[in-house]
Amino acid sequence: MKAWLRHHATSLRATALRLARSPVAAALNALVIGVTLALPLGAWVLVANLERLTGHLGADPQLSVFLAADATAADGAKIEAALRRESGVRALRFVPKDQALAEMKRADALAEIVASLGSNPLPDAFVVSLVPGDAPTAERLAAALRAMPKVALVQFDAAWARRLEAALRLGVLAVGVLAALLAFGLVAVTFNTVRLQILTQRDEIEVSKLIGATDAYIRRPFFYQGALVGLAGGLAAIAIVAACVAVLNGEVTRLAATYGANFRLELPGPGDLVAVLAFASGLGWAGAWLSVSNHLSEIEPK
Amino acid sequence: MIERPSAGSVVVSGQNVGALGRRAVPFLRRNLGLVFQDQKLLHDRSVIDNVMLPLLVCGSAAGDAARRARAALDKVGLAGREKAMPVALSGGEQQRLCIARAVANRPSILLADEPTSDLDPEAARAVMEIFRAFQQVGVTVVIATHDAALVESFAGRVIQLSHGRVIDARPEPGGG
Repeated sequence: MKAWLRHHATSLRATALRLARSPVAAALNALVIGVTLALPLGAWVLVANLERLTGHLGADPQLSVFLAADATAADGAKIEAALRRESGVRALRFVPKDQALAEMKRADALAEIVASLGSNPLPDAFVVSLVPGDAPTAERLAAALRAMPKVALVQFDAAWARRLEAALRLGVLAVGVLAALLAFGLVAVTFNTVRLQILTQRDEIEVSKLIGATDAYIRRPFFYQGALVGLAGGLAAIAIVAACVAVLNGEVTRLAATYGANFRLELPGPGDLVAVLAFASGLGWAGAWLSVSNHLSEIEPK
Repeated sequence: MIERPSAGSVVVSGQNVGALGRRAVPFLRRNLGLVFQDQKLLHDRSVIDNVMLPLLVCGSAAGDAARRARAALDKVGLAGREKAMPVALSGGEQQRLCIARAVANRPSILLADEPTSDLDPEAARAVMEIFRAFQQVGVTVVIATHDAALVESFAGRVIQLSHGRVIDARPEPGGG
């Protein structure tokens, strides 16, 4: 067991040193894999940020109930009581007209328009969050509210958000398919890199077999090579995507500001980035395994 | 231990080589010291790294492997050349390096295939003296050679083959 662990450590160290001895070749390999992985990783970052954006907007089914301009506090209380009796209502928020105006003033794009108004034209409103996935109840409730006195307008807000959510689900699926396809690319690159290394070390492999090295002993350094090349490629992919996000964020922030929003693209969290590195490293290991399985048996002592 | 017998059987240390599974072959090879006509040295590694290789394959720690490799080099007269590259050695020295690698793991059997064929008579004699020294401390040394004069001068048990068949077998002088 001790010898086995020792050989793992020796193999890892020797492989890292060998890669370090030819830094240009190692860097180019990492770059090829990095560019390959950056594509699905970048798409994933984009989709995750869009999901975050729709989260801000609220993709749950939602009703906006605007009261008539002459509605009194008592009218509002009756409507609120009616809403609270409904089982399909998950949450309820009353937005007084003054608060609505104040929120509009805070939005840069609307500040000038609001300032030009003589009086507050906005009505009191209720924002009603509904239980998701129960469209008939939502429709019935909307119809019932429209029929209530002092209700000026009932708006069913979530349809477009649900469409966006569906589009994002499609995006996530597309990223998965893209990642799977490009994973084959990474495996192919590692396969070929390890194949060349096997050919370079042909003499050493032959001698090692003659003096009693097991297949596992011979394979181990190549597995580590695949894993390290994959890991370096994963790091390159993260660096590429981080650079792209940094470049894009200037424009994204400016664009969001014109809508009165404070939004910027974000990289996945540390846990997700570690998962990306583990994925890349695992694919490199798989490529090495395929290569070694295919080519090692061709080298037999003569 | 490179090819399996096409007929009959080869028994090494009580093990029928032909019946060994593929995974058992490396462990059999670890008990044999192999000396090749073409040496099969790794020319991108130093002298001591070549000798350490079989020790590392068997799981020795680097420090212990280096110590034993130095001892093996000392036995074949290459002490002090540890850091040299094989290409810097003469033909005779390369063959002695090959012997050092073969004996580093203290095998019970030493197999040598035409170990002197590319050497001048003096270097060949030096190599044979090394084999004799190992034989005298209990290592079984099996040498395949076409050099009849060398066989005569280092008489041991001689088996003469022609076209794959034994045509003469002579017991070791003084042996049973």
